[in-house]
Amino acid sequence: MMSPFLFWMFASMMLVFGVAVVINRNPVASALSLVVSFLALAALFVSLDAYFIGIIQVLVYAGAIMVLFLFIIMLLDLRVEKLRKINWIASAGGLAVALALTIQISSVVGRLGIAKKTFPPLTRSTSDDVHQIGLLLFGNYNLPFQIIGVVILVATIGAMMLSRRETR
Amino acid sequence: MIALGHYLIVSGILFTIGFAGVMVRRNIIIILMALELMLNAANLSLVAFSRFHVDPGGALNYNAHVFVFFIITVAAAEVAVGLAIVVALFRLRQTTHVEDIMSLKF
Repeated sequence: MMSPFLFWMFASMMLVFGVAVVINRNPVASALSLVVSFLALAALFVSLDAYFIGIIQVLVYAGAIMVLFLFIIMLLDLRVEKLRKINWIASAGGLAVALALTIQISSVVGRLGIAKKTFPPLTRSTSDDVHQIGLLLFGNYNLPFQIIGVVILVATIGAMMLSRRETR
Repeated sequence: MIALGHYLIVSGILFTIGFAGVMVRRNIIIILMALELMLNAANLSLVAFSRFHVDPGGALNYNAHVFVFFIITVAAAEVAVGLAIVVALFRLRQTTHVEDIMSLKF
């Protein structure tokens, strides 16, 4: 387990940059804030002894998905859309619903009995987690794993078909 | 000490930030980013519950890790298709603003 100081540092970093994603008017600044938020989230995964998931988070999200976002923003050249009037009624409604959701989640977690317990100690080493996840992935979860492969294939073909230019 | 509830609250706040982003922002690309935030909030609570529920021998239970792996894969596919749709839409209408796309609005 991580020290409480590191937990609060990474959690607040993740939340602050998550807010920055939403309030930035410039899409490039939003995308870069999202990268920092995901890196802090990867640190939280590592604090929960999920080393493989933390590494996957950095590689897939901060590495691949965010490059895709930045590439699309560059491709579309969104600077002209930056200055637009804010719809204050929609913003206030969205913030009110979000606030209600926060209150609900915290009241549910506050009433949850197990929420106050700390994490139990691990007696076995977690350094072989890639091995364990691989065993599960190719054993118990073999069929979902193959289905996810088909999903990725279909998504690739779909993205290519959508971005193809009509040539007749 | 950090308890399970701390992770759950942080995950809930992250989900709420993503939710507020989807509600408030009108740019489709920012809405997709906020969707990613919500998916990651779910991942964080899954991993926290997995760390909390340790097997009797004291070993970590890796089922939730496999689940998170699947969620990340599906999120990557979703972003690829979503951004391709955004590019196609931009080619058609020269906008990524949801208020400019009114064809299906009642």
